[in-house]
Amino acid sequence: MLSIRNLRAHLVQVNDLDLDAGDCIAVMGASGSGKSLMLRAVADLDPSEGEVSLDGRERMSMSGPSWRRQVMYVGPESGWWEDRVRAHFEDPDAVVGVLQRLGFKADTLNWPVSRLSTGERQRLAIARAFDRGPRVLLLDEPTGALDQEATALVEGVIHDFLMDDGIVLMATHAKEQARRLGVRTLTMKGGRLSA
Amino acid sequence: MTGQAIPLTALDLVLAALLLIINGGLSVWLNLGITKSLIIAAARMVVQLLLVGLILKYLFAVQSPWLTLGVVLIMIAFAGYEIMSRQDRKLTGLWSYGIGVSTMTFAAISVTVLALSTQLRPDPWWDARYAIPILGMILGNALTGISLGLNTLFNTVTRERWAVEAQIALGHPREVALRPFIRRALKTALMPTINSMAATGVVALPGMMTGQILAGADPVEAVKYQLLVMFLIGGATGIGAVTAIYAAVWRVTDTRHRLRLDRLQEVDQ
Repeated sequence: MLSIRNLRAHLVQVNDLDLDAGDCIAVMGASGSGKSLMLRAVADLDPSEGEVSLDGRERMSMSGPSWRRQVMYVGPESGWWEDRVRAHFEDPDAVVGVLQRLGFKADTLNWPVSRLSTGERQRLAIARAFDRGPRVLLLDEPTGALDQEATALVEGVIHDFLMDDGIVLMATHAKEQARRLGVRTLTMKGGRLSA
Repeated sequence: MTGQAIPLTALDLVLAALLLIINGGLSVWLNLGITKSLIIAAARMVVQLLLVGLILKYLFAVQSPWLTLGVVLIMIAFAGYEIMSRQDRKLTGLWSYGIGVSTMTFAAISVTVLALSTQLRPDPWWDARYAIPILGMILGNALTGISLGLNTLFNTVTRERWAVEAQIALGHPREVALRPFIRRALKTALMPTINSMAATGVVALPGMMTGQILAGADPVEAVKYQLLVMFLIGGATGIGAVTAIYAAVWRVTDTRHRLRLDRLQEVDQ
């Protein structure tokens, strides 16, 4: 269970939010309302105050990197630091299944990053996160750059992750997305969440 | 030292200065627009060097450790200012200045003291005739290395922020996420030193060695001094660049391994 209590970061405040294993919450709201800032604060990517814990373990009781390996943020802009796709994965052979479900062939691992389209980068960034085996995914506009077909593939992978007791907190513009995934929605306005 | 330097008269220098006037004439004729800066630069050089000559003459004569220390501090202050003036971005507060000056001072002073206490061994060990020129050459090169290294690190981390953030979000610790940038910054910092070592003696005779030879020294003795100085420079530049870059990495991230670009700001040029 992911628990958030009195989280205060730059421009955002979350008083009380719990997500059980298999739970997913979609956060809607205008651009600049603080959705990304909230997700970044939960991942401890930006400084924040308050308690955030996973299965009873407070994030401050572990190092930043080990927290983020379990509570993983996938941003709207995916960064790449090596030339080839493969070099961004820790266990490239184990990730082939996820790649296929996201519409890629195993050969994609050998592509140069420079050849990828924006949409391909976004889907591969999600595959890259799965490769690390997180418990919680914090998805920031995960299908923002995707067409209908690719969106369906990503939603399928998210659905399977939830079936496996994963936890997802996502920011999205698309109301239909929340409905398709059949999840609870909250609205972010001025840095505050409401039902 | 063997032999004697041929003394130069004021007239000799005036004749040589005429060459600059030819440059000035060319600039006017071709409308290059550098006449003014040429005159100012030449005048600055004459005044600065004459002053330094007088100061050094006095310094060598009085043999005061406190005065020597004072000159060393002034040199370090100027070198620190020079590091800052070569940055596109700097850390907020006094961090850039602090990291630049402290690492440069640490590297240059420790290498200079090493040279004075083991290889050169003048009496007294702080003799300004040895300490000041050696420290000056080391400081000049260490400051180039440190300023190039810091500038490269801050520029690439800012430009490739998403590559760093992606790794941090995936749970990589800061030293892993920043490794490619640390390597690039170090390489850039050390490149001038490596290039000058490789080219020295083939393309050009180093200025210090030329000066010694013209002043009547035996060429082989001059070469030995040049080698010593190049090793000292290489060592100090390496120590200075490594410590400065790691200190900067430590400051541009935090103990939770977050990237803290909010601690960087652009410098208005």
